[in-house]
Amino acid sequence: MKALFTLAWKSLLNRRASFLLTLFAVALSVALFLGVDKARTGAREGFGHTISGTDLIIGAPTGSVNLLLYSVFRMGNATAEVSWPTYQKLSARDDIAWTVPISLGDSHRGFRVMGTDHAYFEHYQYGRGESLRFAKGREMDDLFDAVVGADVARELGYEIGSPLVLSHGLGKADFGSGHENRPFRVVGILAPTGTPVDRTVIVSLEAITAIHVGWESGAKNPLSDSITEDMIRSFNLTPKTVTAIYAGLKRKGTILRTRREINTNKGEPLMAIIPGEALAELWSVTAMAERALLAVSIFVIAVGVVSILTSILTSLNERRREMSILRAVGARPGHIFGLLTLEAGLIGFGGAALGIVIVHVLVLIAGPIVMQRYGISLGGTGPGMTDLITLLAVTGASLLAGAIPAWAAFRRSLADGLSVKL
Amino acid sequence: MPSDTSSTDAIRVENLRFAWPGNPPVLDIKSFTLGRGEKLFLRGPSGSGKSTLLGLIAGVLSPGTGTINVLGNDMARLSAAARDRVRADHLGVIFQMFNLVPYLSVTGNVTLPLHFSPARRKAVGAHPDEEARRLLGRLGLTDPAMLDRRVSDLSVGQQQRVAAARALIGGPDIVIADEPTSALDADARDRFIELLSEEASRTGAALLFVSHDASLARLFDRAVDLAEINTAGVTA
Repeated sequence: MKALFTLAWKSLLNRRASFLLTLFAVALSVALFLGVDKARTGAREGFGHTISGTDLIIGAPTGSVNLLLYSVFRMGNATAEVSWPTYQKLSARDDIAWTVPISLGDSHRGFRVMGTDHAYFEHYQYGRGESLRFAKGREMDDLFDAVVGADVARELGYEIGSPLVLSHGLGKADFGSGHENRPFRVVGILAPTGTPVDRTVIVSLEAITAIHVGWESGAKNPLSDSITEDMIRSFNLTPKTVTAIYAGLKRKGTILRTRREINTNKGEPLMAIIPGEALAELWSVTAMAERALLAVSIFVIAVGVVSILTSILTSLNERRREMSILRAVGARPGHIFGLLTLEAGLIGFGGAALGIVIVHVLVLIAGPIVMQRYGISLGGTGPGMTDLITLLAVTGASLLAGAIPAWAAFRRSLADGLSVKL
Repeated sequence: MPSDTSSTDAIRVENLRFAWPGNPPVLDIKSFTLGRGEKLFLRGPSGSGKSTLLGLIAGVLSPGTGTINVLGNDMARLSAAARDRVRADHLGVIFQMFNLVPYLSVTGNVTLPLHFSPARRKAVGAHPDEEARRLLGRLGLTDPAMLDRRVSDLSVGQQQRVAAARALIGGPDIVIADEPTSALDADARDRFIELLSEEASRTGAALLFVSHDASLARLFDRAVDLAEINTAGVTA
C-alpha cells in the first residue's frame, strides 16, 4: 500500500501541469462551496445577532416576517402604525418591563431615519447581549439632535456638530421635497455593531413629528416654509403614532400569554411577534434560495471531481506502457486499479485541502471588511466540522470517480498482457 | 528461491494450444522446455506467437489447453492472482524498449519488483538501493551521476541495462528477454548479452532470450526456433 502510494505520488508529480491544474479546479470548487456555506451561516448568525434581549416586537397587524424586517432590519415599510395612546397602554401593562417606541418612514441620503427615545439606548441589544456604545458624543437631548450609526458617519463623513437635512419618504433627497428648514445636528456617533443600526440616523420621536409639521396632508403645505424653528419648538410635538414597539417582559414565562393578549387586543388591532420565531419563519423563506445556492456549488464540486476523472482518463493511453511494465514486474491488476484510484484520491484530497486553506485565508483577510460593510460575520473560527466533512466527502467522491479510469486500466491490463502494441 | 526443487525444468510446456477468442489458434506446441540455469535462444519473428507464448509463461494470459509448468507450478491450474505471484517472485522480464517507468529514478526502477514480491525483497536484504547499484555496476553502469538522471534522459543501451538490473534483482529463477537488443547497435548488443548472461549465471537464473535475429544464437547454450515447435501455422 505504501509502495502504491509512493508510485501514485511520483506519477502525479511526473504529470505536474495537469495534476496542478486539476488540483486547482478542485480547490476552487471546494472554496466556492465552503465560501457559500460560511456566508450563509454567517448571514444567519448576523441576522440572529441583530436583536437580542427583546422579548416581543409589537406593530400594526401585518405578516410577522414583514414586521420583523421593517422594525429590525429597516427593510420594507410598515403598512399601518400604532397609535400613541395604544403605545402608552402597552407600556403600562403589568407584565411588560420596558418598551422602546420606534418611528420609521424617513430617510437621510439613503440611510433610514428612526425616531425613538432614551429607552432605545438603554434596552436595545444585539449580538450576545451587547448594548449600543458611543464612539463619539452622546444621546439626543435637543429636538434637532441626531445620533448616527458608524456607517452613516463613515460614508457621509459626519463628525460631531455636522448639520444634516432629513427628507420625507425614503428616496435620496431632491430639492423641494426635503425638510430643508428643519436642520439637524450630529451629537453622537455609535460604535460599529455589524447590524442595521450602523446604517441608521436616530432622532427623537418629537423630531419625527417636527419634520412633518406642514406635511399633515401627505404633501408639503405651501405655507410650511414660513414656519420657523421657534414656532416648531412651541408646538405640541407628542407623536400621534409609532411604527413599532420593542418590549421586554418582567417574567419570560408569560411571553405566550402576553403575546396572545396583545394579538387579541380589544381596541386597536395589534400584532406581537417573538423575534426568534419570526427569524425562523424568515429562514424558511430564504431556505429555498440557500438550497439552490448550495446545490449550485455542490455541482461545481462535481465538475471539479469530473475534471479529475477526465485528466486521469486522458492520461491512460500514454500510460499503457507503464501499466504493462508494472504488470511485468509482478503487479496484479488490483494494483493497477489501486494505483489509479489512489491518484484520483490524492488529487481530490489535495484539492479539497487547498480549497479549505484558500477559504480560511480569504476569511482571515476579508472577514473584517465583510463584517464592517455587511454586518456578516464569516464565522472565522478556524477549520470546523464542515471543512472536515467536505474534505472527506470530496476525497471519497474522487476515489469513486477514479474507479472509472481505474476500471478501464484494469480491463486493459488484463487484455494487453505483457506486450503493448504502440 | 526455488519454489519446487523436485522440478528439474524451469519451464516445461506440453501440448499447449492457445487461441484468442474468435480467432484460429496462434500456438500449438507439443513440447518446449527451459532447464534450470539454462540460457536458451528462442528464435521467433514477429507474428510467430512469441508474445503470446511469453504472456502465457509469465502468467499474464490464461492458458487454453495443455500444460505450462513454471518452476513446478502448473499455470493452467493456478488462479490469476497466484500466477501473478509466481511472476512477481520468480520472473524477471526485459522488453524490446520503453522498459522503464518514466517517473521513477534509475534505482527506483531497478527496485520496483521488490514492492510486489516479499520473497525477492527478503532476498535482497535491508538495503535494496545498494543492491540496485551493485547490479547496475556489474552491468557497466557505474557513473553515480547517472543514477540521479531522469530515465528518459538515458541512452537506449543504458535503459536496457537498467531493465536487465531490474529483471535480475532479488534473484529470480527465470529471466525472460523479449528482443531486448533490437534497438542496440551490434557492439552494444553483444556486450549487453554477455553481461546479462554473466549475471544470470552468477545468480543461477535461467535465461529465455527471444529474438528474430538468428545470428545471436551462438551466444547461448541452446537455440530453438519457435516456427519449428509451433505447429499452429500462423504466419501473419
